[in-house]
Amino acid sequence: MLGSRKQQYWLYGVLAVALVAVIAPFVWMVLGSFKTTGELRQSPPTWWPETATLDNYTQLFARLDFGGYFTNSIVVATAVTAGNLVFCSMLGYALAMLDFRGKRALFVVVMTTLMIPGVVTFVPLFVLVANAGLVDTLPGLFLPFLVSPFGVFLMRQFILGLPRDLVDAGRVDGAGELRIYWRIILPLCGPALATLGILTFLGSWNNFLWPLVVAQTEQSYTLPVALALYSTGQNSTQYGLLLAGATVVVLPVLVVFMIFQRRFIEGIATTGIK
Amino acid sequence: MTATTAPPAPPGETTAPGGGKRTRAAARAEGRAAWILALPFCLLFLVFTLWPVVQSLFMSFTDTRSRDLRTPFNVNVIGLENYTRAFADPVFRQAMANTAYFVLVGVPLTLTVALAAAVALNRGISKLRGVFRLGFYTPVITSIVAVAVVWRFLLETDYGLINTALAWVGIDGPNWLGDPNWSMPSLIMMATWRNFGTGMIIFLAGLQSVPWHLHEAAAIDGASAWQRFRHITLPMMRPTILFVSVTTGIGYLQFFEEPYVMTSGGPLNSTISMSMYTYNQFGFGNYGFAASLSYIIFVIVAVVTAIQFRLLREND
Repeated sequence: MLGSRKQQYWLYGVLAVALVAVIAPFVWMVLGSFKTTGELRQSPPTWWPETATLDNYTQLFARLDFGGYFTNSIVVATAVTAGNLVFCSMLGYALAMLDFRGKRALFVVVMTTLMIPGVVTFVPLFVLVANAGLVDTLPGLFLPFLVSPFGVFLMRQFILGLPRDLVDAGRVDGAGELRIYWRIILPLCGPALATLGILTFLGSWNNFLWPLVVAQTEQSYTLPVALALYSTGQNSTQYGLLLAGATVVVLPVLVVFMIFQRRFIEGIATTGIK
Repeated sequence: MTATTAPPAPPGETTAPGGGKRTRAAARAEGRAAWILALPFCLLFLVFTLWPVVQSLFMSFTDTRSRDLRTPFNVNVIGLENYTRAFADPVFRQAMANTAYFVLVGVPLTLTVALAAAVALNRGISKLRGVFRLGFYTPVITSIVAVAVVWRFLLETDYGLINTALAWVGIDGPNWLGDPNWSMPSLIMMATWRNFGTGMIIFLAGLQSVPWHLHEAAAIDGASAWQRFRHITLPMMRPTILFVSVTTGIGYLQFFEEPYVMTSGGPLNSTISMSMYTYNQFGFGNYGFAASLSYIIFVIVAVVTAIQFRLLREND
């Protein structure tokens, strides 16, 4: 029972305007990254670049080390994702399929921390990382995030839905629990691992507060840290440069999103957490 | 990695074919294997989450400063002094008021936009649903820092896109980020733009559980679209709305990147948030004080979440 035809046209109109409003900032960002700072300060603003230039990008990668920050972001996000996939699925399997002492308590403790805001831990975490000599290093950036309660929750829920007979059959065949996890359960966890992997990678790529605290010199900046510091620091008036920087942060994510969008949206709808 | 090298099955692990009773040795082996699987997580979790949560609480009762990192014995326990100082601090009170403003306006606004988009996409239109869904969701996945940089330009007074568009329809746009009255609405506008997509996706999933025959029956009885929304959709969506308002609220209570990049907390502290003030105090080296501020945020998040559960869970 859709609305009348006239109502539908109205709705399409409103939705189309909304869509343009939602997407316009990104289009403007990408187009702006090819403009000179002078053009960006013109009034009224231009939409299409009058004199398209690659200057902003060459500056970004030659004068500023955005290539290096990009690599740092990739390394950190990859390590965080790998850690979460392996460690959270291991515990998720144990919680879903095995019986052991302390299981309930462990589950309750992990789930309770699901709600704790990140801001609560960052001061002592910084002291810890500083005492370990890891300030301004990549391990300092990724070690605290190798596991997450959310990952455990997601994997446990998924594995609970797998048939228990699989585990029993493995036991009958004489396989140990670790082998059952690795050879039988994990290969069946594809959808859950994909969802967890995408969400974790994205969260790490966009993460800001912790890298801002730990990355203190350019050698360990991640992309958001570099962009934020340049946008509030001495490059704050170089508009073209900043828009190019924002494009470098956003574009890879947009591309990945377009490729995996179905999985993304299913993941959000089922877990409810971005 | 422990996972790849499964140890040989210990004697006694074999079960009777057909799944008969397992021996005690088998149960013990299972428990041991479970803890081996749990160990890496537990170690990392203990060191990087559980211990810091406890230590943060302890630190909040001390006068720890950055220079005490090398000389931990200089730290004094000062009881609740940090907390009394926080609540007496005019800037932190301002930060609390700003955060309340951001949450109280931002959460309902985000939920309303998300729900409107979800309802429109669910039943209002027949084609292009996927395109709209994808488009509306896109801002969610992008870095707040990057979009904040872009929005700073969009909100420029003289050459920004938004004021230019307003000028087309004859409106003289304000100095969005420079006027203390408009700075917070600007941040709320951006946050809504960036976040409503998450709520929309969850609402779309929730709307699937609203039985359509109820709508049809009500329509036959002459109920208008608004009446059906008000009396069928909204009540049935209550758990979903609760869920989205809780998760959005938790996120908004900790907002940080938006003021950090767009306004540095200004003008006149009109956009400084609790998280940002905590970060600033940390930056000044006041670790103990920052820890107490972070615990205040924690408690506020927990209390607000509990209140939301009460408000939305109770039946009319």
